[in-house]
Amino acid sequence: MSAYFTRNARKLAATGALVAGSAAAGWWFTQCNTHHARLGTTNVHLRYPASANYPDLTNHNNVMASNLTPAIYAKLRDKTTPNGFDLDRCIQTGVDNPGHPFIKTVGLVAGDEECYEVFAELFDKVIDERHNGYKPWMKHPTDLDSSKIRGGQFDEKYVLSSRVRTGRCIRGLSLPPGCSRAERREVEKVVADALNDLKGPLAGKYYPLSKMTDEEQERLINDHFLFDKPVSPLLLASGMGRDWPDARGIWHNDAKNFLVWINEEDHTRVISMQKGGNIKEVFDRFCTGLKEVERLIQAKGWEFMWNEHLGYILTCPSNLGTGLRAGVHVKLPLLSKEPKFEEILQALKLQKRGTGGVDTAAVGGTFDISNSDRLGKSEVELVQLLIDGVNLLITMEKALEKRQSIEKYIPKAK
Amino acid sequence: MPICNLNQKNFDPEQDYPELSKHNNWMAKCLTKEIYAANRDKVTKFGVTLDQCIQTGVDNPGHPFIMTVGATAGDEESYETFADLFDPIIDKRHGGYAKDAKHKTDLNPDHLQGGDDLDPNYVLSSRVRTGRSIRGYSLPPNCTRAERRAVERITVDALNGLDGEFKGKYYPLSGMTEEEQDKLIEDHFLFDKPVSPLLTCAGMARDWPDARGIWHNENKDFLVWVNEEDHIRVISMEKGGNMKKVFKRFCDGLNKVESLMKSKGKEYSWNEHLGYILTCPSNLGTGLRGGVHVKVPNLSKDSRFDDILEKLRLQKRGTGGVDTAAVGGTFDISNADRLGYSEVELCQFVIDGVKLLIEMEKKLEKKQPIDDLIPKEKKK
Repeated sequence: MSAYFTRNARKLAATGALVAGSAAAGWWFTQCNTHHARLGTTNVHLRYPASANYPDLTNHNNVMASNLTPAIYAKLRDKTTPNGFDLDRCIQTGVDNPGHPFIKTVGLVAGDEECYEVFAELFDKVIDERHNGYKPWMKHPTDLDSSKIRGGQFDEKYVLSSRVRTGRCIRGLSLPPGCSRAERREVEKVVADALNDLKGPLAGKYYPLSKMTDEEQERLINDHFLFDKPVSPLLLASGMGRDWPDARGIWHNDAKNFLVWINEEDHTRVISMQKGGNIKEVFDRFCTGLKEVERLIQAKGWEFMWNEHLGYILTCPSNLGTGLRAGVHVKLPLLSKEPKFEEILQALKLQKRGTGGVDTAAVGGTFDISNSDRLGKSEVELVQLLIDGVNLLITMEKALEKRQSIEKYIPKAK
Repeated sequence: MPICNLNQKNFDPEQDYPELSKHNNWMAKCLTKEIYAANRDKVTKFGVTLDQCIQTGVDNPGHPFIMTVGATAGDEESYETFADLFDPIIDKRHGGYAKDAKHKTDLNPDHLQGGDDLDPNYVLSSRVRTGRSIRGYSLPPNCTRAERRAVERITVDALNGLDGEFKGKYYPLSGMTEEEQDKLIEDHFLFDKPVSPLLTCAGMARDWPDARGIWHNENKDFLVWVNEEDHIRVISMEKGGNMKKVFKRFCDGLNKVESLMKSKGKEYSWNEHLGYILTCPSNLGTGLRGGVHVKVPNLSKDSRFDDILEKLRLQKRGTGGVDTAAVGGTFDISNADRLGYSEVELCQFVIDGVKLLIEMEKKLEKKQPIDDLIPKEKKK
C-alpha cells in the first residue's frame, strides 16, 4: 500500500524535476535533507567547509574528475535526493578509481532517479562530455518500432552472431548503488512476475542466483548466460555488489534467445541474441519483449524510469537514452589490418571490441562491432546505423579479398 | 560506505532482513529479526545505520572453521545505539562479557614483572600493537574525507611533538616517493590498500590513499599507521626477547601522544565498559596484541600444543601474521584476549606463557617429559 503511494510520489518528484526553475521544484529539493531533517537533528558533516571534503583528483582521468570543480562540489554537497542519496556517494567510484591514461571511464553513478536532477550541475556536464555534446535542453527520441528497419540480414560467411542489449529500471525503487535489500527484492519480484507472464516464443523461466543448483549453474555457464559477482573495482566501489547474491538472478526464454539479468549493474539488463546474421529478427524480438514486459508491469501499477530529456534512466550516465548496444561478431581479417580501420569505424559511429566483450582482444580477425552512441538517437536509428555500417564493412572486406581498392567506400565523418 | 535510504522506511523491516542462512560469523548468529526490526531505522549523530554496521558480515558469509565478527562500528555512538546487537557480539567474541562489566586500563610498564630476559636463543623478536580512535570523528567505515584528514592532522601534529627515542617522521601514502616506498617495504612497515573483502565491504578503503600514512621514529622501533583499519594503530617492536623494553616504549609512546593531543583539546575514545573504542568489536578493551616470534619445533609437534596454548590464554599464528603458516617451527605467539584484562595483565600472560613454552621446548630437546609442566587449569 505504502509502496503504491511512494511510486506516485516518485512520479510527482520526477515530473516536478522537469519543471526547470519552478519554485515548487526548488522548494521540494531543498526540503529533502536526509533523515537528519526528519529526526530533527542536523547533518554534523556540514560543519566542515566543502573545501575540506573536496576529493583529491590530481591523478585522476575520468569524466567526473574532469568536471567536478571545487565550486560545483561546494554547491551540491549539502543537497540530497528525497531518498537521502548524496553527491559523495555518486562520485565515490570515480574517486576510488582514478582511471587509465587511455580509457576514460565515467566515474559517476546515480543512486536513484532523482540524482540526475538534484545533482544536475555535475551530471549535465558529464553527460555532455560523454555523449558528444548532449545539452540540458535536448530531447531524446525513443523508438522501438522494429518494422522501420531496412535490411538487417547479414551475409553469414562474415557475421557469426547478432545481439542487442539494453537496460531498464523500475520507477520508485532506488538503483543498485543505493538500494536497500527490500527494494532490490521488490525489483526482483516485479520483474520476475512480469517475465513469468510472457507467452509463446518468449515464455521462459527465472533462475535466482541464491537458489541455483550446480547443474543449473553449469548449464547457464555453458550457454554464456551466467553473470558473476562483479570483481571490477569500478563497480564494487559504487556499492552495487552489496548483499550478493540476494535478489539477483537470470531469466531466459525456452528458446534461449531472450535473456534478462536482474539486479546486476541496473535493475534489469535485457538481451536478445542468436547465432547468424539476422539482426532484424533479433531486434524484432527485442522490441516485442520489451514492450510486453512494460505492458505487464504497468498492469500492476509500475513503470520504467524514463523522461523525455534523458530517455531511459540507468545507473551509469553512459547508458542513458537508449542504453542500447547492438552488435555483431563479424570476420574482418583483412579490413582490420588496414591502417584506416579505426577511422572508418569512427566515421560510421561504430566501435570495436574483442569477442570476449569490452577490453578483450579480437581472435582470428573476428571482432565485436557495435554502435558507439546511446543518447540522442533512437533505438531504430542506432540499429539502422549498425546495419548500414556492418554492410559497408563487409563490402570492403570482400573488395580486399579480390585485392581491390576500398578508397571509394571510405565514408566521410558525419 | 555511508548507507542512508529513506525509501527503506516504506518497507517493513521483515522485508529488509538479510539472508543469513549460509553465514557463519558472530553478527549472523546474534542478529535476530526482532533486533533488526527494532534497530533498522535508528541513526547515530554521524549518520551511521545498522545496515552499515552489518554490511561486511552480510557480504562475507565466513568460513566453516574461522569465526569472523561480521560487524563494524561506524562511530563511537554505534556501540550504544546498536547495543542490542553489539552487546551479544561482544559477549560471544570475548569469551563472556557482561553488559555492566568494567574494563581495566593499565599502561604502567612498572607493573610488568620480568620480561626482559626471554631466552634470545628461542625468541627472535618481540612486538606489541594496539589501536586508538580520536573522539569526535567517525570511524573508517563512515568517515568523510574531511574527518579523515582531520584525524591525520591531529595525529601527525602530536607525533611530531615527540622527541628523544620517539623523534621521527611522517610518510603520507599519497605523494610517497619510490625510494621512500622501497625503504618502507624493506623495513616491513608499509601497509597497502586493503584487498580483503572483510575490510573493503565495510567501506574503510574509500578515497584511498587520501589521508593515510605511516609514521616511525628514527630507531625504527616505534611505528604508527594512520587511517588504515582504525584512526591510529601503534606498534612497538624490536629483535630479541626484551618484551619489557618493548612494552615500556609502547606505553610511554602512547601516553606521550595522548598528552600532546589533550593539550590541543583532543582525546582518545574510551569508556569504562568497553575500554578503547575501535572499529572492530574484536579489538575493544585494550586492542592489544603482544607477542613474540619463538622457535618451538619440538613442542609444536606435541599433540598437546594447542591445549597448552589455550590454558595459557595464548594463540599461535604463522610468522607472516594472521592466517599464515609457521616456518621451520617458528611461531608467532601472542595473547588471545583483548577485553576484560588490562594491558599489563595481557603482556604478563605472554611473558609468563612464553617462558613456560621455552622450558618445555628445552625439556623436549633433551627428550625429557613435560607432563608436570603442563598447566592443569586455564589462567584467569
